[in-house]
Amino acid sequence: MKFSDDKLKQVDELVAHYPEGKQKSALIPLLHFVQKENGGWLSTEAMDYAAELLAITPIEVYEVATFYSMFNLQPVGKTIFEVCQTGPCMLNGSDGIVAYIYEKLGIRPGETTADGLFTLKTAECLGACGYAPMMQIGPSYREKLTKEKVDALIEEGRKKLN
Amino acid sequence: MADEKKLFKVTIDNITVDVEPGTTILQAARKIGGDVTPPAMCYYSKLKDSGGKCRTCLVEVAQGSTADPRPMPKLVASCRTNVMDGMVVKNITSERVIDARNGVVEFLLINHPLDCPICDQAGECHLQDLSYENGKSASRYEFKKRTFDKHDLGPYIQLHMTRCILCYRCVYVADQVSGERRHGILNRGDHAEIATYIEKSLDNDFIGNVIDVCPVGALTDKTFRFKNRVWFTKPVDAHCNCDKCSGEVQLWMRGDEVLRVTARKDEWGEVKDTTKGEPGWICNTCRFERKKVSDWVIEGPSQVNRHSVISQGHYTGLVKPKETIQKVTGRDPKLLLNIKDVTEVNQVELSELKGPATSQVFKQLKKEN
Amino acid sequence: MGRKLLLEKAHVEGIRHYDVYRREGGYRSVEKALKTMSPDQVTEEVKKSGLRGRGGAGFPAGMKWSFLAKPEGVPRYLVVNADESEPGTFKDRYLMEFIPHLLIEGMICASYALGSNRSYIYIRGEYWWVKEILEQAIQEARNAGMLGKNILGSGFDCDIFVHPGAGAYICGEETALLESLEGKRGNPRLKPPFPAVKGLWGCPTVVNNVETISAVVPIVNDGGDEYAKLGTGKSTGTKLISACGNINKPGVYEIEMNISVEEFIYSDEYCGGIANGKRLKACIPGGSSVPILPANLLLKTAKGDARMMTYESLSDGGFATGTMMGSGGFIVMDEDQCVVKHTYTLARFYRHESCGQCSPCREGTGWMEKILLNIENGKGKMSDIDLLWDIQRKIEGNTICPLGDAAAWPVAAAIRHFRDEFEWHVTNPSDALSRNYGLANYAKPLEVVTTA
Repeated sequence: MKFSDDKLKQVDELVAHYPEGKQKSALIPLLHFVQKENGGWLSTEAMDYAAELLAITPIEVYEVATFYSMFNLQPVGKTIFEVCQTGPCMLNGSDGIVAYIYEKLGIRPGETTADGLFTLKTAECLGACGYAPMMQIGPSYREKLTKEKVDALIEEGRKKLN
Repeated sequence: MADEKKLFKVTIDNITVDVEPGTTILQAARKIGGDVTPPAMCYYSKLKDSGGKCRTCLVEVAQGSTADPRPMPKLVASCRTNVMDGMVVKNITSERVIDARNGVVEFLLINHPLDCPICDQAGECHLQDLSYENGKSASRYEFKKRTFDKHDLGPYIQLHMTRCILCYRCVYVADQVSGERRHGILNRGDHAEIATYIEKSLDNDFIGNVIDVCPVGALTDKTFRFKNRVWFTKPVDAHCNCDKCSGEVQLWMRGDEVLRVTARKDEWGEVKDTTKGEPGWICNTCRFERKKVSDWVIEGPSQVNRHSVISQGHYTGLVKPKETIQKVTGRDPKLLLNIKDVTEVNQVELSELKGPATSQVFKQLKKEN
Repeated sequence: MGRKLLLEKAHVEGIRHYDVYRREGGYRSVEKALKTMSPDQVTEEVKKSGLRGRGGAGFPAGMKWSFLAKPEGVPRYLVVNADESEPGTFKDRYLMEFIPHLLIEGMICASYALGSNRSYIYIRGEYWWVKEILEQAIQEARNAGMLGKNILGSGFDCDIFVHPGAGAYICGEETALLESLEGKRGNPRLKPPFPAVKGLWGCPTVVNNVETISAVVPIVNDGGDEYAKLGTGKSTGTKLISACGNINKPGVYEIEMNISVEEFIYSDEYCGGIANGKRLKACIPGGSSVPILPANLLLKTAKGDARMMTYESLSDGGFATGTMMGSGGFIVMDEDQCVVKHTYTLARFYRHESCGQCSPCREGTGWMEKILLNIENGKGKMSDIDLLWDIQRKIEGNTICPLGDAAAWPVAAAIRHFRDEFEWHVTNPSDALSRNYGLANYAKPLEVVTTA
């Protein structure tokens, strides 16, 4: 992995948010950036590169990357449905959403469809309790889910392939 | 005199001691010694920032200080709480502390494999001691215990993640002693583990010290693996001329054979200072390569903590230190189990055994005696 | 209708942008503070206002500020905690999403008071679009000269940066947040030293919640005394409540702390009553960590008084019969909801979010989750209920950070008030799988014990 000059400039901007010598602080923002550039997940190579960019040891990066739930350490499907399961979403029927996705796509939490298009995950509270049930797809939230909305999201995901 | 420091008076379980400002409750308690001292699984005085994690050393502060006598509402980690002048601390005299400590021991054990019979740490394991002192004989945990994928750390160090209590000591050793860290804590919560992420062997010159600081059998010496039980070996102090470390070590011998080399430990199980007053960390060469008696100048038998099973049956005529427990609680100290009372196995002199200790060898020896 | 201080302008068209915000009277407090007040005077006003931390603990903000160490030549930092992750809580997101300049305005005043030339907003990584909104707003403020060098000619320099997290509830704990901001795992630090002495990069630091810092704006504008006139007793000002669960109108409401819980749930101005014409069974009024209360204890205190939406009234009766204001995440459950199942999802949440650093929390949260799942699935034993009680008791108060308590309290409160329902799951295992325990006695008025 190696960034172009343009990308390196963006990295410098992230690092510039912190005082001199505190470049390690940029690790989480940088890992978000590296993950995006690496097809949605963090390979060992990608993490080693992040360590190199910040002049820290690789283990410091592994420790952080494995701690936070937003970093994927395995390749992921093109569309990831992360359905919130915690209390308030449960009260508003998140179990039904997970069951409906299984009915439509045949995948249970943790599984990916055979065509590699959809991954279903369960998530813990995403801070959208008033708009439950909800799921996160990439950087965006889909809220007040119904069966119809899930149908539409599946369609949307299928279109991404083309 | 102007430069004379004012000492702080702190009372722990009704025993008062004078300590310098900046001393932690645990260090003050160690100054008193005996049962007044809280157990510590993660704190290590020679490792900066260690402690506070295992929660076994929690104590009750019944009086904050003379100036502010209010008690502290929560139990505090004695290893990371500094004493104040006039502080009153309750350790084994506090029901709350005993209760909390029993809880911590239970938590530490629910996912622990309890594979002591095949664990090389058995006999010098702090978790064993802690469980013996504070644990129950049965578990209330009815679920499958946690397991981890096997992870290889190279030719010298054996990792058994299931035994780990996540004290972080080995992480601090890598940072502060070896100066190079390749392993760390990965993942989160009850899945947190010691690993290198991608398998890398740990081969820094001083990384072997992680074995000495590990309070349990999570990190053990591969060159000693399954060779012997520690209580069958005799520890002796020895030294050599080493260009990497002080060369001051402890040899764990069986007859003329050096089975294992470790740093010398003090009564709290921590690495002792060398004769030059530096922390006695030893290098990998001394630990793993120098396994011949001729590599060493032997100084004599090591002083072994009388609480240790290792001291059982080895030495006679030792002067027992005074017991503090009677002074504190008025009850007699717990008697250590004399192994010879309950088993015939050890009725022979262990040093006379040649080779592995099988029942045949024992029978043979008994017949001879 | 209660007075609104924070969300009054939240729905003005284009308020997300500097020009509109400024036209609507925004950034007045920055002008006032930087041009006419000393930093200590700003702190003094915040003290007078009685503003309490809105993140959950309710610690007086002015007092927190006055604890900040000020050694010569050492930078000081203000860090805003926008890691909102407590189940039931989504108020900060609302505030930042709709009216981001309010937070920035409050941060400039607070940074001035504390002497922070470089302030950070630590926002949870999942709120990525909110981060982008904030970054745009910050850039607008920079362009307008409200951030940067020599702001409004006052000689005060300040810049604000947004730092995203990456999915970890524990980073809402202030010392874990600082660790995370330093590029490390979100392991809470041992206190002392407190952040006010040794915080970000070892420097004195104040960490405040988004809503707390936003409330500084009306405090500076109108004065602390004026702010303190709103609300009741030590619960001064307004509070954002994020209401969710089985109600007609979930959402974020700004309330003056002088209304009753009953009014909040049933009036059309707020939650609009229980959804689908059902009856109220239970409620967790302050985010998932605070004790759950059955309907009868929620609406009336044990003394028989109406329970109010204030810090004091919600905690009336202690944990035996009361609860807490917490972060204002108001979770309402109707008669068809199962308290055991809900408690199980919370236990699962805390197990998932435990950092794993200290033993009681790392091991205890997982144990509670497993037992609760067994009970929920009709595989529990009577002794499991007592075991759960004992486990939570041994976690509470014995951990490094408050996550241990946060995990223990919901379990304790559920058993304390809904033990019947737990026992029913054990004694009727097949029913437990097919239907709910229902409302039972939980809404029946309690007998008030009067002392002559």
